Amino acid sequence: MEAKQYIGEGWKHAILIIGAIVVMLPFYMMVSMSLKSQQEIQSISGGLIGAQETQTFPVCVKTGYSEETCTMKPYQYNYWFAFEKAPIPRYLMNGVIVTLSIFIIQVLVALPCAYALAKLRFYGREFVFSMVLFCLLIPVHGIALPLYVMLAQAGLVDTYSALILPWTISVFGIFLMRQFFMTVPDELIDAARMDGMGEYAIVWKVMLPTAIPALLAFAIFSVVAHWNDYFWPRMVITGNRDLFTPPLGIREFRGGIDSDEFGPMMASIVTVTVPLIVAFIIAQKRFIEGITLTGMK
Amino acid sequence: MGTISLKNISKSFGSTQVLNNLNVDINDGEFLTLVGPSGCGKSTLLRIIAGLEQQTSGDVLIDNKNVNRVRASERDLAMVFQSYALYPHLTVRRNLETPLRLRDYNAFERLPLIGNFSPSKKEKTESINQLVNKTSETLKISELLDRKPGQLSGGQRQRVALGRAMVREPVAFLMDEPLSNLDAALRVHMRSELSELHNSLKTTFVYVTHDQAEALTMSSRMAVMIDGNLLQLDTPQEVYDNPSSLSVAQFVGSPKINIFKGTADSSGTISFLNVNLKRKSSESNTDLHIGIRPEHLEITNESNENTFSGTVAYRENLGSDIFFHVNIEDGSNKIIVRGLPQFTHQISNGSSVNIKRVSDKALLFNQAGMRVQFTNA
Repeated sequence: MEAKQYIGEGWKHAILIIGAIVVMLPFYMMVSMSLKSQQEIQSISGGLIGAQETQTFPVCVKTGYSEETCTMKPYQYNYWFAFEKAPIPRYLMNGVIVTLSIFIIQVLVALPCAYALAKLRFYGREFVFSMVLFCLLIPVHGIALPLYVMLAQAGLVDTYSALILPWTISVFGIFLMRQFFMTVPDELIDAARMDGMGEYAIVWKVMLPTAIPALLAFAIFSVVAHWNDYFWPRMVITGNRDLFTPPLGIREFRGGIDSDEFGPMMASIVTVTVPLIVAFIIAQKRFIEGITLTGMK
Repeated sequence: MGTISLKNISKSFGSTQVLNNLNVDINDGEFLTLVGPSGCGKSTLLRIIAGLEQQTSGDVLIDNKNVNRVRASERDLAMVFQSYALYPHLTVRRNLETPLRLRDYNAFERLPLIGNFSPSKKEKTESINQLVNKTSETLKISELLDRKPGQLSGGQRQRVALGRAMVREPVAFLMDEPLSNLDAALRVHMRSELSELHNSLKTTFVYVTHDQAEALTMSSRMAVMIDGNLLQLDTPQEVYDNPSSLSVAQFVGSPKINIFKGTADSSGTISFLNVNLKRKSSESNTDLHIGIRPEHLEITNESNENTFSGTVAYRENLGSDIFFHVNIEDGSNKIIVRGLPQFTHQISNGSSVNIKRVSDKALLFNQAGMRVQFTNA
C-alpha cells in the first residue's frame, strides 16, 4: 500500500522534473555560454563554466584595445566586453523607467475604474464592463499601426512617452482588479463611508491595501510583459540609442564584425534577465504570504 | 440628544417594493430593535437611517433636522456591521483611530509626512490617543491594540468593531446583526454586555436582528417588520403578550405559538376541537384562528370537556423544560406543549396524552390574520 503510494508520487515528480529541465535548459545554456570562451562555445565543450584559461581575445583587439587590456579570463571578458560595447546600465535604467511608469499609471487608472465597476451603481455600468471585456479581445499588433501614426502626428516618436503612453490603460488590469474587488465585502466600504471617507479615499486607503495580492499578480504580468517587449520599442524608438530598452540593447550584439561572438552577447542577456528573476522571486514570496482578507469574516 | 424620526419611508429597488410607508419615532437613549424574518427590509431601513441607502420617498429626521440630503459621514451616527468590517491591513489601534483622524484632522494634516508639520496636529493626535485608550479600556481590548484583525477571535473583533463605533461618541449607534457571527454561548454573553453598555452610554441604539430572542432580551422597544411593513412597535413584553396580528404572534416566541382552527357562532361563543371557551368573541359567525403559546398548555391526567388528546410525536428535552410535539387526534394539527421535567419525564415518543389549556391566555385572530378581541374580557 505504502510502496504503491510512493511509486505514484514518484511518477508525478518524474514528470515535473522533466518539465522543469525543459524549462530550465535555455537558462542553463545562457548562463553557461556567458561564462565560456568562444572556442568552448563553438566546440560545445567545457561543461558549465569551461576551463577559464587566461587568453587574449581577438575581437577585442580588433575593436581597438591594447593586447594587454584584452588578456583575461573568459568570464571576465564576456561581462566586461558586454558593458564596454553597449551602455547596458543605461538600457537597464530605461527599462526600469518605462516599466515602472507604465505600471504606476496603469494602477492609477485601473483601481478607480475597477472600484467603480465592482462597487458603485450607475447607469450603463454593465455596458462599460462589457466594453472592457471586449477590449481584452483586441490584439496589440492589430492596433499598432494606427497607434504609431497617432504618436508620430503628435511628434512623440523617439521619446519616453511613446514607450509609456499606449500602455497606460490596461483593460486586463481593470478586469483583474474588478474581479478581486467583487470579493471585498460591501460592509467594509460602508464602514469606511460611515467613518467619513470619500470614494477616492476608499479606493486608496481601503481597497488598495486589501488588494495587494491581486496587485502583485498584475505587477508580475505587467512588468514582465513590458520589460521583455521588443515589438513596440522597436517601432517607436527609431534612432536614439539613449532610449533603448534592454531587449533593443541586446540587438546591438547582432551583426557587424563580431556577429558570432556569443560570450558577451549571453552576458548581456544574463544582465538583462537577472533583475526580472530577482524581482519575481521577491514578489512571489510576498504573493504567497500576502495580506489576505482574513479578519473580515 | 439622539432622536430619530422616520416619516412615511418607502423604498423600492426597481419594481420590488421593500419598505412600505414606515413611520417610526425613536426616542433619545432608547434601545430600539428592528426585528423580522430575513428579507423583511429591516437592514435596508437601518441603511436608510445611516445614509448608505437613499429612500425612494419619505423623510429621515435626526434630532428634528431633516437629513435626507446629508451624507452618511456627516450624520454623526456610528454603525456596527455583521461581519465587523474592520480594516484588515490596519492594527486595532489604527482601526479605532480612523474615524477620529477623518473627523479631526484637516486634509493637509492627513497627508503622509508633510502633514506632520501642521502645528495643531500634535494636540489633535494626543486627544485621539486619549479617546482610543479610554474606549479600549471600557471594552477591555487595551492589550489587543497592536494586533491586526486577522489575529483576533470573533468575540474580540466584535469588541473592536464596537470600539470603532464608540470612539466618536455619536448621537446614535446603528447595529446590523452584530452578534450573528458569534457562537451561541458568546452571543448570549454579548447580549448582556451590550445591554450594560447601553445603560452606561445612555445613547440611542438602533439594533437590527432576525433573532427574536435578542429583541426580547435587550430592547426597550421592538419594531416587528414583515414584508416591508411595520406590524407592531411596542415593549417586548407587550409584543409577546398582545401581538397585533397572527404574523407577529407566530414570529415572536420560541417555540412557535400553536394555532387552532375554530369558529365563533352567532352568540360569539368560540369553539375549537371539542373545547368551548368561556369568553366570547367580539366578532360572531366567523371562522377564527386561536393562538395558544406552548407554555399555556399542560399535559394532564384529567379527561373532560376542557381537554383534548393526542400522541407524542417528538420529545424535545432542553433540561429546564421539555417540549412535546403532539399530533392532535383528528389529525388536523401538530402542536407544541411545554412540560416540566419533574412531572413529565416518564412520557416518551408515541405515548398518548391529554392536554389542558391554561385559561385566559388564548389569542384570537380573524381570517385576515388581524387580532380579534374578546367581549367583556
